Amino acid sequence: MPVTDVTKDLQARALTITAEFAAPVERVWQVYADPRQLERVWGPPSHPATVVDHSLEPGGRVHYYMTGPEGDRYYGGWRVLAVDEPHSFTFEDFFADEGFNPVAELPTSTAEFRFEPAGAGTRATFTTTYETAEALQQVLDMGMEEGATLATNQIDALLAEG
Amino acid sequence: MLVLVIEHDEDRADAFFHALSDRTRRDILRRVLAGEHSVTALAASYDMSFAAVQKHVAVLERAGLLTKRRVGREQLASGDVDAVRSVASMLSELEEVWRGRIDRIEELIQEG
Repeated sequence: MPVTDVTKDLQARALTITAEFAAPVERVWQVYADPRQLERVWGPPSHPATVVDHSLEPGGRVHYYMTGPEGDRYYGGWRVLAVDEPHSFTFEDFFADEGFNPVAELPTSTAEFRFEPAGAGTRATFTTTYETAEALQQVLDMGMEEGATLATNQIDALLAEG
Repeated sequence: MLVLVIEHDEDRADAFFHALSDRTRRDILRRVLAGEHSVTALAASYDMSFAAVQKHVAVLERAGLLTKRRVGREQLASGDVDAVRSVASMLSELEEVWRGRIDRIEELIQEG
Protein backbone atom coordinates (compact mmCIF):
# COMPACT_ATOMS: atom_id res chain seq x y z
CA MET A 1 0.00 0.00 0.00
CA PRO A 2 1.45 3.36 -0.98
CA VAL A 3 -0.23 5.17 1.98
CA THR A 4 2.43 5.78 4.65
CA ASP A 5 0.67 8.08 7.13
CA VAL A 6 -2.80 9.40 7.99
CA THR A 7 -3.29 12.33 10.38
CA LYS A 8 -6.69 13.56 11.51
CA ASP A 9 -7.06 16.92 13.20
CA LEU A 10 -10.51 16.93 14.77
CA GLN A 11 -10.33 20.52 15.95
CA ALA A 12 -9.40 21.82 12.53
CA ARG A 13 -11.55 19.23 10.67
CA ALA A 14 -8.50 18.39 8.57
CA LEU A 15 -7.27 15.17 7.06
CA THR A 16 -3.66 14.72 5.93
CA ILE A 17 -2.70 11.64 3.96
CA THR A 18 0.87 10.85 2.97
CA ALA A 19 1.61 8.36 0.22
CA GLU A 20 4.71 7.24 -1.66
CA PHE A 21 4.63 6.55 -5.38
CA ALA A 22 7.29 4.76 -7.42
CA ALA A 23 7.62 7.54 -9.97
CA PRO A 24 9.38 10.91 -10.14
CA VAL A 25 7.68 14.10 -8.91
CA GLU A 26 7.12 15.25 -12.52
CA ARG A 27 5.12 12.09 -13.31
CA VAL A 28 2.87 12.49 -10.26
CA TRP A 29 2.35 16.17 -11.16
CA GLN A 30 1.07 15.08 -14.57
CA VAL A 31 -1.86 13.29 -12.87
CA TYR A 32 -3.14 16.76 -11.88
CA ALA A 33 -1.88 18.74 -14.87
CA ASP A 34 -3.69 16.47 -17.38
CA PRO A 35 -7.52 16.57 -17.07
CA ARG A 36 -7.87 13.07 -18.62
CA GLN A 37 -5.60 11.62 -15.91
CA LEU A 38 -7.24 13.68 -13.16
CA GLU A 39 -10.69 12.33 -13.97
CA ARG A 40 -9.39 8.77 -13.70
CA VAL A 41 -8.30 9.26 -10.11
CA TRP A 42 -10.68 11.86 -8.62
CA GLY A 43 -14.06 10.11 -8.55
CA PRO A 44 -14.66 6.74 -6.92
CA PRO A 45 -15.53 3.85 -9.29
CA SER A 46 -19.22 4.32 -8.41
CA HIS A 47 -19.08 8.06 -9.25
CA PRO A 48 -16.58 8.64 -12.10
CA ALA A 49 -15.49 12.24 -12.63
CA THR A 50 -15.62 14.18 -15.90
CA VAL A 51 -13.36 17.26 -16.03
CA VAL A 52 -14.97 19.96 -18.17
CA ASP A 53 -12.62 22.94 -17.65
CA HIS A 54 -9.03 22.74 -16.44
CA SER A 55 -6.64 25.60 -15.70
CA LEU A 56 -4.05 24.64 -13.09
CA GLU A 57 -2.56 28.09 -12.50
CA PRO A 58 -3.08 30.75 -9.81
CA GLY A 59 -6.56 32.19 -10.23
CA GLY A 60 -7.49 29.33 -12.59
CA ARG A 61 -10.51 27.04 -12.28
CA VAL A 62 -11.04 23.32 -12.66
CA HIS A 63 -14.67 22.30 -13.23
CA TYR A 64 -15.89 18.72 -12.97
CA TYR A 65 -18.93 16.62 -12.36
CA MET A 66 -19.29 13.13 -10.94
CA THR A 67 -21.89 10.74 -12.34
CA GLY A 68 -23.63 8.38 -9.94
CA PRO A 69 -24.89 4.86 -10.70
CA GLU A 70 -28.33 6.20 -11.63
CA GLY A 71 -26.98 8.93 -13.90
CA ASP A 72 -27.29 11.55 -11.17
CA ARG A 73 -24.65 14.27 -11.48
CA TYR A 74 -22.75 16.13 -8.75
CA TYR A 75 -21.06 19.32 -9.92
CA GLY A 76 -17.96 20.78 -8.34
CA GLY A 77 -14.92 22.87 -8.99
CA TRP A 78 -11.56 24.03 -7.80
CA ARG A 79 -10.57 27.65 -7.37
CA VAL A 80 -6.79 27.42 -7.76
CA LEU A 81 -5.00 29.65 -5.23
CA ALA A 82 -1.28 28.92 -5.65
CA VAL A 83 0.85 26.71 -7.89
CA ASP A 84 4.53 25.77 -7.54
CA GLU A 85 4.97 23.29 -10.39
CA PRO A 86 5.78 20.42 -9.88
CA HIS A 87 6.03 20.65 -6.09
CA SER A 88 2.70 21.90 -4.73
CA PHE A 89 -0.62 23.54 -5.38
CA THR A 90 -3.44 24.78 -3.20
CA PHE A 91 -7.10 25.23 -4.10
CA GLU A 92 -10.59 25.65 -2.72
CA ASP A 93 -12.88 22.77 -3.62
CA PHE A 94 -16.50 23.90 -3.99
CA PHE A 95 -19.88 22.44 -4.85
CA ALA A 96 -21.48 23.98 -7.92
CA ASP A 97 -24.70 24.17 -9.86
CA GLU A 98 -24.94 22.90 -13.44
CA GLY A 99 -23.31 26.11 -14.69
CA PHE A 100 -20.36 25.58 -12.30
CA ASN A 101 -21.36 28.53 -10.13
CA PRO A 102 -20.33 27.83 -6.53
CA VAL A 103 -23.30 26.99 -4.28
CA ALA A 104 -23.10 29.58 -1.52
CA GLU A 105 -24.94 27.48 1.08
CA LEU A 106 -22.35 24.69 0.83
CA PRO A 107 -19.06 25.68 2.46
CA THR A 108 -15.84 25.00 0.59
CA SER A 109 -12.86 22.95 1.67
CA THR A 110 -9.27 24.02 1.17
CA ALA A 111 -6.69 21.56 -0.08
CA GLU A 112 -2.94 21.56 -0.33
CA PHE A 113 -1.21 18.87 -2.41
CA ARG A 114 2.58 18.59 -2.05
CA PHE A 115 4.99 16.36 -3.96
CA GLU A 116 8.60 15.83 -2.81
CA PRO A 117 11.33 13.49 -4.08
CA ALA A 118 11.78 10.42 -1.84
CA GLY A 119 14.56 8.18 -3.08
CA ALA A 120 13.70 7.32 -6.70
CA GLY A 121 10.04 8.06 -6.08
CA THR A 122 7.73 10.74 -4.73
CA ARG A 123 6.28 11.45 -1.33
CA ALA A 124 2.85 13.05 -1.79
CA THR A 125 1.07 14.87 1.05
CA PHE A 126 -2.63 15.62 0.58
CA THR A 127 -4.17 17.94 3.18
CA THR A 128 -7.87 18.77 3.06
CA THR A 129 -9.43 21.15 5.59
CA TYR A 130 -13.20 21.51 5.97
CA GLU A 131 -14.63 24.80 7.13
CA THR A 132 -17.56 23.11 8.90
CA ALA A 133 -18.86 19.65 9.71
CA GLU A 134 -21.63 20.14 7.15
CA ALA A 135 -19.06 20.54 4.40
CA LEU A 136 -17.51 17.27 5.44
CA GLN A 137 -20.88 15.51 5.43
CA GLN A 138 -21.65 16.69 1.91
CA VAL A 139 -18.34 15.38 0.59
CA LEU A 140 -19.00 12.03 2.20
CA ASP A 141 -22.42 11.82 0.56
CA MET A 142 -20.64 11.98 -2.78
CA GLY A 143 -17.99 9.40 -1.97
CA MET A 144 -19.97 7.06 0.26
CA GLU A 145 -19.65 3.92 -1.87
CA GLU A 146 -15.88 4.16 -2.02
CA GLY A 147 -15.18 2.19 1.15
CA ALA A 148 -17.18 -0.82 0.05
CA THR A 149 -15.69 -0.78 -3.45
CA LEU A 150 -12.20 -0.56 -2.05
CA ALA A 151 -12.78 -3.53 0.24
CA THR A 152 -14.05 -5.58 -2.72
CA ASN A 153 -10.96 -4.71 -4.77
CA GLN A 154 -8.70 -5.79 -1.92
CA ILE A 155 -10.47 -9.15 -1.64
CA ASP A 156 -10.15 -9.62 -5.41
CA ALA A 157 -6.44 -8.86 -5.22
CA LEU A 158 -5.94 -11.42 -2.42
CA LEU A 159 -7.81 -14.10 -4.37
CA ALA A 160 -5.74 -13.39 -7.48
CA GLU A 161 -2.56 -13.96 -5.49
CA GLY A 162 -3.80 -17.49 -4.79
CA MET B 1 -19.39 26.91 18.16
CA LEU B 2 -19.05 23.43 16.75
CA VAL B 3 -19.68 20.54 19.12
CA LEU B 4 -17.35 17.63 18.42
CA VAL B 5 -18.71 14.22 19.24
CA ILE B 6 -15.95 11.67 19.24
CA GLU B 7 -17.11 8.13 18.70
CA HIS B 8 -15.64 5.49 20.97
CA ASP B 9 -18.47 3.01 20.81
CA GLU B 10 -17.88 0.54 17.97
CA ASP B 11 -21.51 -0.62 17.79
CA ARG B 12 -22.69 2.95 17.52
CA ALA B 13 -20.16 3.60 14.75
CA ASP B 14 -21.39 0.52 12.84
CA ALA B 15 -24.99 1.72 13.11
CA PHE B 16 -23.90 5.19 11.98
CA PHE B 17 -22.15 3.94 8.83
CA HIS B 18 -24.89 1.44 8.02
CA ALA B 19 -27.51 4.17 8.31
CA LEU B 20 -25.59 6.48 5.99
CA SER B 21 -24.78 3.78 3.43
CA ASP B 22 -28.20 4.10 1.78
CA ARG B 23 -29.13 6.89 -0.64
CA THR B 24 -32.76 7.18 0.54
CA ARG B 25 -31.70 7.36 4.17
CA ARG B 26 -29.19 10.10 3.39
CA ASP B 27 -31.94 11.98 1.61
CA ILE B 28 -34.35 11.54 4.53
CA LEU B 29 -31.63 12.71 6.89
CA ARG B 30 -31.01 15.86 4.83
CA ARG B 31 -34.72 16.68 5.01
CA VAL B 32 -35.10 16.13 8.74
CA LEU B 33 -31.92 18.08 9.51
CA ALA B 34 -33.48 21.04 7.73
CA GLY B 35 -36.62 20.78 9.90
CA GLU B 36 -39.11 18.44 11.54
CA HIS B 37 -41.08 16.30 9.08
CA SER B 38 -43.97 13.92 9.67
CA VAL B 39 -43.25 10.36 8.56
CA THR B 40 -46.34 10.61 6.33
CA ALA B 41 -44.89 13.66 4.55
CA LEU B 42 -41.55 11.89 4.13
CA ALA B 43 -43.26 8.80 2.72
CA ALA B 44 -45.04 10.95 0.13
CA SER B 45 -41.66 12.13 -1.19
CA TYR B 46 -40.47 8.68 -2.28
CA ASP B 47 -41.62 6.12 -4.77
CA MET B 48 -41.87 3.39 -2.14
CA SER B 49 -44.36 2.18 0.44
CA PHE B 50 -45.07 3.94 3.74
CA ALA B 51 -43.75 0.85 5.52
CA ALA B 52 -40.46 0.96 3.58
CA VAL B 53 -39.94 4.64 4.43
CA GLN B 54 -40.84 3.93 8.05
CA LYS B 55 -38.13 1.23 8.10
CA HIS B 56 -35.53 3.70 6.80
CA VAL B 57 -36.58 6.16 9.49
CA ALA B 58 -36.19 3.42 12.12
CA VAL B 59 -32.65 2.63 10.94
CA LEU B 60 -31.72 6.32 11.22
CA GLU B 61 -33.30 6.42 14.68
CA ARG B 62 -31.34 3.38 15.89
CA ALA B 63 -28.12 5.03 14.67
CA GLY B 64 -28.95 8.05 16.81
CA LEU B 65 -29.13 10.31 13.77
CA LEU B 66 -32.83 11.03 14.06
CA THR B 67 -35.37 11.40 16.87
CA LYS B 68 -39.12 10.90 16.70
CA ARG B 69 -41.99 12.30 18.75
CA ARG B 70 -45.68 11.59 18.50
CA VAL B 71 -48.26 14.34 18.12
CA GLY B 72 -51.79 12.94 17.91
CA ARG B 73 -51.71 10.33 15.15
CA GLU B 74 -48.60 11.79 13.53
CA GLN B 75 -45.01 10.73 14.08
CA LEU B 76 -42.70 13.71 13.69
CA ALA B 77 -39.03 13.10 12.85
CA SER B 78 -36.14 15.51 13.24
CA GLY B 79 -32.40 15.12 12.68
CA ASP B 80 -29.92 15.06 15.53
CA VAL B 81 -27.36 17.61 14.43
CA ASP B 82 -24.74 16.66 17.01
CA ALA B 83 -24.80 13.03 15.94
CA VAL B 84 -24.41 13.98 12.30
CA ARG B 85 -21.50 16.18 13.25
CA SER B 86 -19.58 13.20 14.47
CA VAL B 87 -16.48 14.58 12.89
CA ALA B 88 -14.20 11.77 13.96
CA SER B 89 -16.33 9.22 12.14
CA MET B 90 -16.59 11.38 9.09
CA LEU B 91 -12.85 11.94 8.84
CA SER B 92 -12.38 8.16 8.99
CA GLU B 93 -14.72 7.74 6.11
CA LEU B 94 -13.03 10.49 4.15
CA GLU B 95 -9.79 8.61 4.70
CA GLU B 96 -11.30 5.68 2.78
CA VAL B 97 -12.18 8.00 -0.11
CA TRP B 98 -8.58 9.17 -0.18
CA ARG B 99 -7.15 5.67 0.01
CA GLY B 100 -9.22 4.88 -3.07
CA ARG B 101 -7.85 7.91 -4.90
CA ILE B 102 -4.28 7.01 -3.98
CA ASP B 103 -4.77 3.46 -5.25
CA ARG B 104 -6.02 4.86 -8.56
CA ILE B 105 -3.00 7.21 -8.82
CA GLU B 106 -0.72 4.22 -8.18
CA GLU B 107 -2.49 2.21 -10.91
CA LEU B 108 -2.32 5.07 -13.40
CA ILE B 109 1.39 5.68 -12.76
CA GLN B 110 2.23 2.00 -13.14
CA GLU B 111 0.66 1.95 -16.59
CA GLY B 112 3.76 3.96 -17.56
